[in-house]
Amino acid sequence: MERVATTPGRALELRGLRFAWPGQAPCIDIPGFPVAAGERCFLHGPSGSGKTTLLSIVGGVLSPREGRVCVLGEDLAQLSARARDRFRADHIGFVFQLFNLIPYLSMQDNILLACRFSAARRKRIAAAGSTPLAEARRLAARLDLPANLLARPAMTLSVGQQQRVAAARALIGRPGLIIADEPTSALDADRQTRFLDLLLSECDAAGATLLFVSHDRRLSAHFDRVVDLSALNQAAKEVAS
Amino acid sequence: MIRLLPLALASLWNRRLTAGLTVIVVALSVSLLLGVERLRNDARESFASTVSRTDLIVGARSGPVQLLLYSVFHIGDATNEVSWPAVQRIAARQEVAWVVPLSLGDSHRGFRVVGTTPDFFRHYRYGDGRRIGFAAGRPFADVFEAVVGAEVAARLGYREGARITLAHGSGEHVAEHGDKPFSVVGVLAPTGTPVDRSVLVSLESIEAIHLDWQGGAPIPGLKIAPEMVRKFDLAPKRVTAALVGLENRAMVFRLQRAINEDTREPLLAILPGVTLDQLWDVVGIGARVLLAVSALVVAVGLAGLVAVMVASLGERRRELAILRALGAGPRDVFFLVAAESVLLTLAGCVLGVALVQVLVFSMAAWLQANYGLAVSPGWPVGREWMLLGAVMLAGLLASLVPALRAYRQSLADGMMVRM
Repeated sequence: MERVATTPGRALELRGLRFAWPGQAPCIDIPGFPVAAGERCFLHGPSGSGKTTLLSIVGGVLSPREGRVCVLGEDLAQLSARARDRFRADHIGFVFQLFNLIPYLSMQDNILLACRFSAARRKRIAAAGSTPLAEARRLAARLDLPANLLARPAMTLSVGQQQRVAAARALIGRPGLIIADEPTSALDADRQTRFLDLLLSECDAAGATLLFVSHDRRLSAHFDRVVDLSALNQAAKEVAS
Repeated sequence: MIRLLPLALASLWNRRLTAGLTVIVVALSVSLLLGVERLRNDARESFASTVSRTDLIVGARSGPVQLLLYSVFHIGDATNEVSWPAVQRIAARQEVAWVVPLSLGDSHRGFRVVGTTPDFFRHYRYGDGRRIGFAAGRPFADVFEAVVGAEVAARLGYREGARITLAHGSGEHVAEHGDKPFSVVGVLAPTGTPVDRSVLVSLESIEAIHLDWQGGAPIPGLKIAPEMVRKFDLAPKRVTAALVGLENRAMVFRLQRAINEDTREPLLAILPGVTLDQLWDVVGIGARVLLAVSALVVAVGLAGLVAVMVASLGERRRELAILRALGAGPRDVFFLVAAESVLLTLAGCVLGVALVQVLVFSMAAWLQANYGLAVSPGWPVGREWMLLGAVMLAGLLASLVPALRAYRQSLADGMMVRM
């Protein structure tokens, strides 16, 4: 079931978003933040800017106290926890800084894991005339992962390879939104650029919106738009001042 | 949810050492439980068929259990005896196929002596109608010939041709019939019944050794040499009990009533099967206690499983967080961890059943030979399936502990583990 954006052309839209952990002052207070569909957005987020909490809200793991969180046209705040989990499985791909993979599964099974949790992803792959396995192999090849590594357990891969496997997993089945949270900070400068290039070109190929979160401003040159989270998040400002 | 099963299997395989050990612990406890249940059943059946194909046991009037105890199990003594004419009257009845009289009271080095007729070897059946077999020799045919049970032969080292003397009574200070030795002419095969612990002689032999006795003591001054006994009337005067077989089993209640209501002599006729069941209710307590203890051992095994699963959750926080990022809900995490626990229980049950099979197969011959216990190999039956079901149910309940913990942990951790 494809979702039709209520605000056409918006992959992500936060409006009047406030969130606080129980018994604490609000850590998220974002009046408004839109990301256009297909946009490559660099979100500059130093530690303490509420980055982790914000991503959990966008991913649907946390529910905001107030405000709208529209992802691909769906207001997550209106969905049950279960529906938000399913929405995340179907429409959002995550790449984290480290430990993205289930260590004992093979590279291939790690990529396929995203399809295991999402019928929508499997359906989109089938609609494109492919199979999850073929798609996993295609993405692995596109991301410079040699075919002879496909059956290797994830724990035997290098960090750079692991990050590319995570990217392939996030991209498989063409989710609308890719959220990358410091995906390059465990890589050396050379590999950072290569990883970023691959990620960007695959997001383009898949037509996915990319929300790239990092504290490292040097990477921002590759993006359409750069947003400072500490400027965006009023709660972080209050803490900072 | 079912799509998580391969993941549960892969995760267990990743932890195969601890998972394997857990399965072994559960399997051992399950095999103990099933083994005890199997043995309990077989012991019960074996006990219930200590004497089979005997329709009635007749003795002097007392209690049914008491009569069964002294006539079949050789426990305790008869307070009264049955006159020989009464036995003959029963044997003469039309519906009676055979009568095997039993005369008890003497002993040989702690083993009971049973005076009977050679018909005993033809008609006494145990188990599912098995005859008593001879390991060596033949039935007694003459006075002063004895046949010994398997345990008597094994414990005292008797073979054919051995010379033995019988003792009067069965207490500690027994008077020996030392002047009239018997020769062993036959050794019986093991049966797992009290016959194994018996010395069998003819009724005439019993008469012969008591010719010069009266009231439980030798008559002073009277000595009758063994070679002289044949000159006396050796026909039995009284016996302790008699086993009765009918032409037609349907007549058993009528004959029982006729014997019990006989006005000429106060007699008691019992149906051995019914009384054996009554007796097992008492004797079987030990087996029931053993079963309860094995159930506790299973509980301990499952507690170990819970401990292993809960301990593993700490090191699996990242793994579960990754699954959350991929769209797994806390319910999925709950199901995954519960499925792993249940799979371990299931594997333990399967291995436990296999273990019991192996044990029963490898020990059946030994148990039969040494304890006369016929254990039955084969798939679990009736109550064993119920026990397995109970173990699975307990495993399911136990799995809720780690699963609930994982649920709450993944709810708190979300996609990112803050360590």
